[in-house]
Amino acid sequence: MWDYTEKVLDHFRNPRNVGIVEEPDGIGEVGSMACGDALKLSFKLDGDGRIADAKFQTFGCASAIASSSALTEIIKGMSLEEAAKVTNKDIADYLGGLPEQKQHCSVMGREALELAIENYRTGQSAGKKQLEGTVTCKCFGVTEAEIERVVRENNLTRVEQVTDYCKAGGGCGMCQPEIEKIIEKVRLEILQSKSAQSPAPRRPLTNIQRIHLIEETIEREIRPLLKNDGGDIELVDVQGNKVIVAFRGMCANCQIAPFTMKDVVEAKLREFVADDIIAVEAEP
Amino acid sequence: MKNVYLDNNATTMVAPEVIQAMQPFFEAFWGNPSSMHAFGGEVRRHIDTARAAVADLLGAEPGEIIFTGCGTESDNMAIHGALEAADRPLNIITSRVEHLAVLSTCRHAAETRGCRLIELGVDGAGQLDLAELRKALAEGPALVSLMWANNETGVVFPIEEIAAIVKQAGGLFHTDAVQAVGKVPIDLRNVPVDMLSLSGHKLHAAKGIGALYVRKGTRIVPLLHGGHQEEGKRAGTENVPYIVGLGRACELSAAHMAEEAEAVPKLRDRLEQGLLASCPDVYVNGDRNNRLPNTTNVSFEFIEGEAILYDLNDLGIAASSGSACTSGSLEPSHVLRAMGVPFTRAHGSVRFSLSRYTTAEEVDYVIERMPGIARRLRALSPFAST
Repeated sequence: MWDYTEKVLDHFRNPRNVGIVEEPDGIGEVGSMACGDALKLSFKLDGDGRIADAKFQTFGCASAIASSSALTEIIKGMSLEEAAKVTNKDIADYLGGLPEQKQHCSVMGREALELAIENYRTGQSAGKKQLEGTVTCKCFGVTEAEIERVVRENNLTRVEQVTDYCKAGGGCGMCQPEIEKIIEKVRLEILQSKSAQSPAPRRPLTNIQRIHLIEETIEREIRPLLKNDGGDIELVDVQGNKVIVAFRGMCANCQIAPFTMKDVVEAKLREFVADDIIAVEAEP
Repeated sequence: MKNVYLDNNATTMVAPEVIQAMQPFFEAFWGNPSSMHAFGGEVRRHIDTARAAVADLLGAEPGEIIFTGCGTESDNMAIHGALEAADRPLNIITSRVEHLAVLSTCRHAAETRGCRLIELGVDGAGQLDLAELRKALAEGPALVSLMWANNETGVVFPIEEIAAIVKQAGGLFHTDAVQAVGKVPIDLRNVPVDMLSLSGHKLHAAKGIGALYVRKGTRIVPLLHGGHQEEGKRAGTENVPYIVGLGRACELSAAHMAEEAEAVPKLRDRLEQGLLASCPDVYVNGDRNNRLPNTTNVSFEFIEGEAILYDLNDLGIAASSGSACTSGSLEPSHVLRAMGVPFTRAHGSVRFSLSRYTTAEEVDYVIERMPGIARRLRALSPFAST
């Protein structure tokens, strides 16, 4: 059995808002019987443009039914602007979480909601999913844009997660390399947008933090380089901006130790800890 | 709450007689059967008795029975063992409706050993086209692995005929009989099967014990190398309590076979007829004329299997489904798909599998409650007209 929350089971056993609202303002339909789940969402607005009533019909497993029921509860009373911001995560959170392999049920809810809103805004009778752009997963009809979106919104890193969230890659599996590429692309974009934001000004380190950072830099950045040549290094003391170290192994008697001190040890410490560090060798 | 267990193709209740038979081997008889003292000698005799009981149920010789850890191990041992022992590369012939223990093993063996793999298709009833088997056998020397009975639909292959065809073509024949042993009579004196897999927990023994029948003269290379246990064919200290339990379970199966052959299919048919009569848009999957006596696989249109199972579970009824959501993947059962059952029906499929412990009252309870479940879920479904 799945590890469903009590809330999921409650919404499955006692689904809220089943059916189609009379004279709906918006209808959205996603999925199909062949896909294993499908959702038809309809809503009606009140005089202020808020969602007065929302109803669903769902073919699918317990979590698909629960997600649809939760969705209708979430959006009732919302303005369309608010409803447009509802994410699949909001649906999953409302239910106290969904098993990873069932996240696609919450995505189906979000998709149906978007289609219903679009149906209201454009007045087009469709309200059904149109496959626009490149279709990456042909088994389940999932586009590149949809995959990019679930990766971005849910911070996904692995192909199996993408399958859990939108089914892509869960059929014949042929598109899995494509999905891998999409994940890489989106993650790179996220990384770039993060580094583009100006870094927060560094707060001054306490002495203890400073020593930890020096130790960490020696461990991670400096020692491996020296070990390549059979050498080693030991931190002896830190006095203000002066870092006192001792060379060991091959480095201890090395002719070019002074250069190593300046170009490796000091350079790395300046890069990772502070610009004004001076590295010196301990008195023997 | 009621407790109606109709998922006996998944696993069975351990028979009280089996537990009773196993008990002393945790307490008094804990010796190693290989030992040269009384602690072991006593235990060895009980293993011999169990081996004879398994052999009797199959119409085999005790020396042809190798105890294993499970049905999956038996399948792996048969397939890899026979390919490894063959003096020339063999083609592998299997079917698209095999249990994954066979299908995945064949695919893996073909890939790693560079063998050619031929997967035979089935028709809408889940039956093979034997002409296709003959054609595949004509392609060269082969190991054939075809199941005796299907775990999902209960469809029984004509194993006697298949074995004869394979032997005539000079092939090696393995059958996964995990679902058949104990449910239908098997007499290997009359059916030229070379290897046969069985699993204890499908016939009221405990989980963690299986057996492989290897006909005398059939060469296989062991999967597990080590000591001389099981005549060197399966090293490792014998799992004595479970072996004894399997022996007892086989005795019970033999004793109950005639009575079960009468009672179980009656109950199964009562359930099937009851569901067909009380729920609209219900279909039976698989060949109803050649089927295990205990299995029915029915599809409820417009609703999904996992949801049905959860509703059944709320009523204390245990069953299985071939829907995507229950298979742990996103696609419905590979068996139903191979049969060409439309996706829409496969998603709404439910398997009920009975046992000698199933009662008429339990069956009637399911018949009584199922229409309500179908109505409730169809009322939620966008596809149902009602």
